Amino acid sequence: MPQQSPSDSTLFEKVWQRHLVREESAETPAILYIDLHLLHEVTTPQAFAELKKRGLSVRRPDRCLATIDHSTPTSAPDAEGRHHYVTEQARDQVETVQRNCAKHGIVLHGWDSPNRGIIHVMGPELGATQPGMTIVCGDSHTSTHGAFGALAFGIGTTEVGHVLASQCLLQSKPNTLGIRIEGELAPGVTAKDVILHIIGTIGVDGGTGSVIEYYGSTVRAMDMDSRMTLCNMSIECGARAGMVAPDEVTFDYLAGRPLSPQGEAWDTAVADWKTLKTDAGATYGAQVDIDATAIRPSVTYGTHPGMVVAVDEAIPSGDTNESIAAALEYMGFKAGQTLADESVDVVFIGSCTNSRLSDLRAAAGIMKNRKVAHGLRALVVPGSEEVRRAAEADGLDRIFIDAGAQWREPGCSMCIGMNGDIAAPGELVVSTSNRNFKGRQGPLSRTILASPLTAAACAITGRVSSAQQFLEAGSD
Amino acid sequence: MTEQANNLNTEFRSRTYNIPLDNIDTDQIIPAQFLTTTNREGLGEFCFYAWRFNEDGTAKENNPLRDHHPDRQQVLVVGSNFGCGSSREHAPWALLDYGIRAVISSRFADIFCNNSLKNGLIPVTVEEQLVEYLHAHPDSAVRIDIARRQLTVENYGTIQFPLDAFSAFCLTRGIDQLDFILQNEQEISAHEQKYNK
Repeated sequence: MPQQSPSDSTLFEKVWQRHLVREESAETPAILYIDLHLLHEVTTPQAFAELKKRGLSVRRPDRCLATIDHSTPTSAPDAEGRHHYVTEQARDQVETVQRNCAKHGIVLHGWDSPNRGIIHVMGPELGATQPGMTIVCGDSHTSTHGAFGALAFGIGTTEVGHVLASQCLLQSKPNTLGIRIEGELAPGVTAKDVILHIIGTIGVDGGTGSVIEYYGSTVRAMDMDSRMTLCNMSIECGARAGMVAPDEVTFDYLAGRPLSPQGEAWDTAVADWKTLKTDAGATYGAQVDIDATAIRPSVTYGTHPGMVVAVDEAIPSGDTNESIAAALEYMGFKAGQTLADESVDVVFIGSCTNSRLSDLRAAAGIMKNRKVAHGLRALVVPGSEEVRRAAEADGLDRIFIDAGAQWREPGCSMCIGMNGDIAAPGELVVSTSNRNFKGRQGPLSRTILASPLTAAACAITGRVSSAQQFLEAGSD
Repeated sequence: MTEQANNLNTEFRSRTYNIPLDNIDTDQIIPAQFLTTTNREGLGEFCFYAWRFNEDGTAKENNPLRDHHPDRQQVLVVGSNFGCGSSREHAPWALLDYGIRAVISSRFADIFCNNSLKNGLIPVTVEEQLVEYLHAHPDSAVRIDIARRQLTVENYGTIQFPLDAFSAFCLTRGIDQLDFILQNEQEISAHEQKYNK
């Protein structure tokens, strides 16, 4: 065991230290500089209104990047190119962020941009997300960007105003939680199953007050899409952020992206990024070990993301408190039963958790030359225009459409259901998104969280089932 | 002018109302269908909407808030991990507009806690044991003193609750946090120069 020297620090501490405008004291929190501020239509209008009220301007519009994703329809525009919003208020919200960004000189990828997408899909694709950055957004899934070794977290609208006006945030220093994941994943087990397993293990408040660093051989073997899925759901165990140290996988992903450093600046950046890792002698505030080889395809059975079982495993019985009893009553399930053979009404493949090209490829691999079960509605919603183009170039859209699924326009869609993409009361949705809260996907809708492989398998069988049978059979 | 000036909230008395459920998420506090607003006012109407109303707008029978009197029960006592989920500041806006001034729990989600303190809604973190006591004694008279960080519960006593010094200072003096940040303009510029930002 190496000795800890005073200079040994964690990845989080290195990034934190580099952004301190002012140290924390007994009386005041730290002032933390923010490198990248991501914005969307839902959590910004009141912040811009506050700036206007005070006569303040946006300090660094060049460090802001905006899009429209939550309230936008995912149905195709009509023949005249008009988008049909769920309500006039939704349209107004989208037009408000467009107006605000234009007024303050902030780049916004709107309807006419070939890069528009879910903010947490678009940022990395553009190369805006880079190792060592501080990144915030009025959106809790900002933790996604931690996959690149950035310190990235969600903030409220008041804080959106703070960052717009000052490029800074008041922050108390969080704790650190090291999650070491070791071993090879079994076939058909994905990053989504890993993070569901972790949340099921440490609980929905297991990370509260902490920044998680995920490390170990399993994480090293993951591609960037998988690391983003992993970090994305850090908030579902209450963590402020999740991080993965950047490595060659990260650099290969970022090389040549529009906003990545170019030429000599790239070499300088990579040399610096290579220092962004936890020193051998540094320790975390707390530590959890996860055996990746024991993880099976996983799903949720209740009304928060910590109620997790393997697809073929029984819902735990015995020590059920009032909250679990209420969750099971809402879901219509019983302690001790398995979910296998529960009839599924809707399958949603999309969201900032699982709407990237590799997710869609995984789902298409199951759905190719097969048909969606009779009476089941399947929505496939790419995370961005770039994902959509790449998927269509691969012919994935045809696979989904031929199977009887809907191939829709990019957006948050049914993950949050703000745009009208919702399930009917009582319907059971198998969803690749991140939250199974009561009514999240529509009033009285019931959600089971799953990986794209599992969701695709459920679409074909019409029942809660793992992809195992299809993986063994192949796609022909 | 200041964010807190309108609801300066240094000390108040109220009765409690129990919602003895863990992990009450922000989708319960304010469902996403009400987030397309571009204002922060008037969200109380939609607070815990799916708990209070059926799809057709009629009142729900099993509503956990059915016996709640927001005019005199301005303090909610809830299970652990209150406010988990999304970062929507609409959650504290809705609770405040609904009439809630403080929430007592054994644990709050980070972002919700942050958002609440910036709007004058007080998250009071206490031991599980006191939550259980309050759940067993509905409609308890309580007094919350922000400057002293004290919660007084009738027939129980007075306890200290954690509240960071800066938030307590801002809440009790009506200090605006953005003004505080902007006073550090020189340091912010110096940081940008040092790191070539």
